[in-house]
Amino acid sequence: MSAIKSKGLILDEKLIFERSAAGRCGYDLPVLDVPAVEPESGLLRKEIEGFPELSEVDVVRHYTRLSTWNYGVDSGFYPLGSCTMKYNPKINEVAARLPGFAHLHPATPDRLAQGALRLMYELQEALCEISGFPALTLQPSAGAHGEFAGMLMIHAWHQAQGNRRHKVLIPDTAHGTNPATAALCGYEVVPIASDGVLSLEAVEAAMDEDVAALMVTNPNTLGLFESNIREICDLVHSRGGLVYCDGANLNALLGVCRPGDLGIDVMHFNLHKTFATPHGGGGPGAGPVGVSAELAPFLPVPVVVKDGEQFRLVNDRPQSIGPLRTFSSQFGILVRAYAYLLTMGPSGLKRATELAVLNANYIRARLEGSYHLPYKQRSLHEVVFSDVGQPNDCHTLDIAKRLLDYGFHPPTIYFPLVVQGALMIEPTETESKQELDEFCDALLAIAEEAKTSPHLLHEAPVNARTRRLDETLAARKPKLRWVPEA
Amino acid sequence: MDFPEELKYTEEHEWVLLEGDLVSIGISDFAQDQLGDVVFVELPEPGERVEVGKPFAVVESVKAVSDIYAPLEGEIIEVNSELPDAPESINTSPYEDGWMIKIKPDDPTALDGMMDASEYQAFIEEE
Repeated sequence: MSAIKSKGLILDEKLIFERSAAGRCGYDLPVLDVPAVEPESGLLRKEIEGFPELSEVDVVRHYTRLSTWNYGVDSGFYPLGSCTMKYNPKINEVAARLPGFAHLHPATPDRLAQGALRLMYELQEALCEISGFPALTLQPSAGAHGEFAGMLMIHAWHQAQGNRRHKVLIPDTAHGTNPATAALCGYEVVPIASDGVLSLEAVEAAMDEDVAALMVTNPNTLGLFESNIREICDLVHSRGGLVYCDGANLNALLGVCRPGDLGIDVMHFNLHKTFATPHGGGGPGAGPVGVSAELAPFLPVPVVVKDGEQFRLVNDRPQSIGPLRTFSSQFGILVRAYAYLLTMGPSGLKRATELAVLNANYIRARLEGSYHLPYKQRSLHEVVFSDVGQPNDCHTLDIAKRLLDYGFHPPTIYFPLVVQGALMIEPTETESKQELDEFCDALLAIAEEAKTSPHLLHEAPVNARTRRLDETLAARKPKLRWVPEA
Repeated sequence: MDFPEELKYTEEHEWVLLEGDLVSIGISDFAQDQLGDVVFVELPEPGERVEVGKPFAVVESVKAVSDIYAPLEGEIIEVNSELPDAPESINTSPYEDGWMIKIKPDDPTALDGMMDASEYQAFIEEE
């Protein structure tokens, strides 16, 4: 009998292997009433050592208990900076579960999938209108996949011009995926130092004839709008390069500013951030990519087009970078984003952006003075504090762990890298003033504890299901699978 | 924090030590303290060349992944092959067990332009 440890009914749970009891079985199979057949010996799997033996209820309880450890935006405030963990309205789920969408086979001929193609086409049009790009692909399955598609198109464009440029400029306030994408596409990454926002001079100094593109995140990871972006785009263009924008922070711009109008050539969207589709857990995402007219011929295939009243997928695009995945898109996610756009409307999207920015600035105003603000400028949708000046050896990790004791998911920590000991808070428009006040009260109380009882921070979390875990040991000596005890 | 007098230091927080015609390179006590517990180190191969300002190694800590930039031009003669299995040496012994590579510099006089211990200390206090 396993000794179930509990905190009230917060159930602890062992590994499924450790719940096993020799000989336990959930089912009785009927007596064999046909001649027994022995499979060829080569096909038989060897005994699996320690394979768990459990009944149905054991298995159901095991996974149900594990599921109670999950934390998500449906459980509470989730202020992960740069991740835009906004609430995912349930109406989007209703739309995605409509049988005509949910049961549609991806190989259905175009003429029998007109509704789905229309949805994709209209979503494309809406995203183009929001972002200011004339053309767009819905194919990429995540933000990083969208970046990859975007950089392949930039490469293809240069190739078509006969250019052999091999460098990509990336400011130090960009998302970490940006240099990874550029490197994956074979480009040499040239970091550019910024002082909060990128200066024209810094780009000018680095912008030579080997530079294929500049990759910027706008607003950047400090939550600051790249205020020189128009001049920077003009400069990069005048020297034969293109500008990629990481659109992961688009939640700060909806209805207020269109990246396509600023001179950006390529931008990916994160439907799972800005457009309220599910997020995390390794589930499907979608990273559509908008491009300028000049780059449109290079979009991946298939492309959804409208002929008269008919919609169809087109593969015959000679300059295309090709397909990025099997079938056309992460369709279920597109349905959710489309539903979100329809329920919000243009004025609703703009209001969401305004409230996301207001919420971040409310937190900034309440915490300024108790937490160090490395960049004093007013930020947009997120705000970055640091642990500079916290007394008694209290650091960002301690503050984050102590927040757990107060019942809040910590913000993103130690990112962006340009801020030592960063605490990066993005509340999104989802949260009410009441929720924001409770969160700020907790952080203010923690700042007070750092002065008067720092052990509370150093020992935190004390209320969580587990105490502080040894992240270093876990990284240095990871246990990646269960092994039977010898 | 410890900054041995016999070493030279760079603005990217590396230390270098000229011994004979070889230069050992690692990261400073300040750098390891900023990074936190190092959990993974990726080193180049002997025989490869390093170029000034280009990354030659990657150090991953519980907080971040960082490129380590070469302070000098030259050919890699030896790498610390024990480091990938004992990345904690960078934290516990940044100047000895935590050395990363030894190179044969194209121009050993390039060391002259680097900071000595007291200049480096002043530099990080300013940062």
